[in-house]
Amino acid sequence: MMMKRVLTLVLFLSLFGLLAHNVMEMPGKFTVDAPAYNDTTQHYLDNAPSETGAINVVGAILADYRAFDTLGETIVLFTSIVAVASILKVTDKKTREESHDE
Amino acid sequence: MNDIIVKTVARILIPFIQLYGIFIMLHGHVSPGGGFAGGAMIGTSFVLYTLVFGIDKSKKKFSERVSEYAESGGILLYIALGLIGIIMAGSFLTNIDAGFPKGTPGSMFSGGMIPLLMIGIGIKVASTFITLFHTLIEEEEA
Amino acid sequence: MSALLESVLDHINYLGAMALFVIGLHTVVTHSNLIKKIMGINIMGTAVFLFFVAIGNVTDGVPPIITGEDVIYINPLPSVLILTGIVVVVSITVYSLSLVVRIYETHGTVDQKEIARLNDEEAGL
Repeated sequence: MMMKRVLTLVLFLSLFGLLAHNVMEMPGKFTVDAPAYNDTTQHYLDNAPSETGAINVVGAILADYRAFDTLGETIVLFTSIVAVASILKVTDKKTREESHDE
Repeated sequence: MNDIIVKTVARILIPFIQLYGIFIMLHGHVSPGGGFAGGAMIGTSFVLYTLVFGIDKSKKKFSERVSEYAESGGILLYIALGLIGIIMAGSFLTNIDAGFPKGTPGSMFSGGMIPLLMIGIGIKVASTFITLFHTLIEEEEA
Repeated sequence: MSALLESVLDHINYLGAMALFVIGLHTVVTHSNLIKKIMGINIMGTAVFLFFVAIGNVTDGVPPIITGEDVIYINPLPSVLILTGIVVVVSITVYSLSLVVRIYETHGTVDQKEIARLNDEEAGL
């Protein structure tokens, strides 16, 4: 049992080492030259107030540029409710009576 | 939970939490926040109400009928605003080109349909939080 | 040595995210309690959020609320993507919790090994 615990610990520490080695290759200085700060971001920052009228760029992207994403995400919420209700709310009369008998 | 301190504090706090949630929701286009944050706040205020006053009282405030309407209503408001874009400008969820008033950037009434979409998202998120919590709690007590 | 330390300090956000991810994965793998497994999945999700938001950071940047002043704004795109991701993680958590409630009703336990043992006994009968 002890052996197993030590083995998992070593395994996960080596996994952390691997991941850490990989992220050390990423650009460390957080500047506007980073690859993630590309033309798309610059376009949003420059044009969001004039194109959408909203000065909060996060809100402008969320509800205008990428509103379709947000629609999909509300559908995810809807699906989660349907899934939870279908698991927890037993509306079938026969099943309910059986569970009361137990 | 039958503690007078908790009950009194909750009774005083809940209206302010909800008011702040609505404030965050309506100012999503001019300040940090938006539909998700505001909806989560309103939903959490109802979670607090359920924890303090019990599921029966909470069910009276937010019944299953209300939850049905709120959930379908939030998502339908979103889709309806998208369909206005299809009719007016030819593509789904168009904002300024579909004729929504742009307003002065930075003022309360600006951003075209963004505040309306934020309200839809907020209703949806709040009702989802409440319904999911009610469903889980109900099962535990049954 | 100081170069390595400096590099570590530069990447401290990424390293923290990786540490959180490994902690979450460790929780998922080593604990047989299903609730703890769900907590581990949540920690892993938080790690991914931290990693993503850290990518969008800019030193001395301000939040992307356009005020017309001459400042550097941080990258708003990762924040928007993560805003969507948080909601998905909430949905997954509630769905798995409801599954755990059902499992507890049918088996009387939330321990995975116990459930496997009960299933084996049932199959052996």
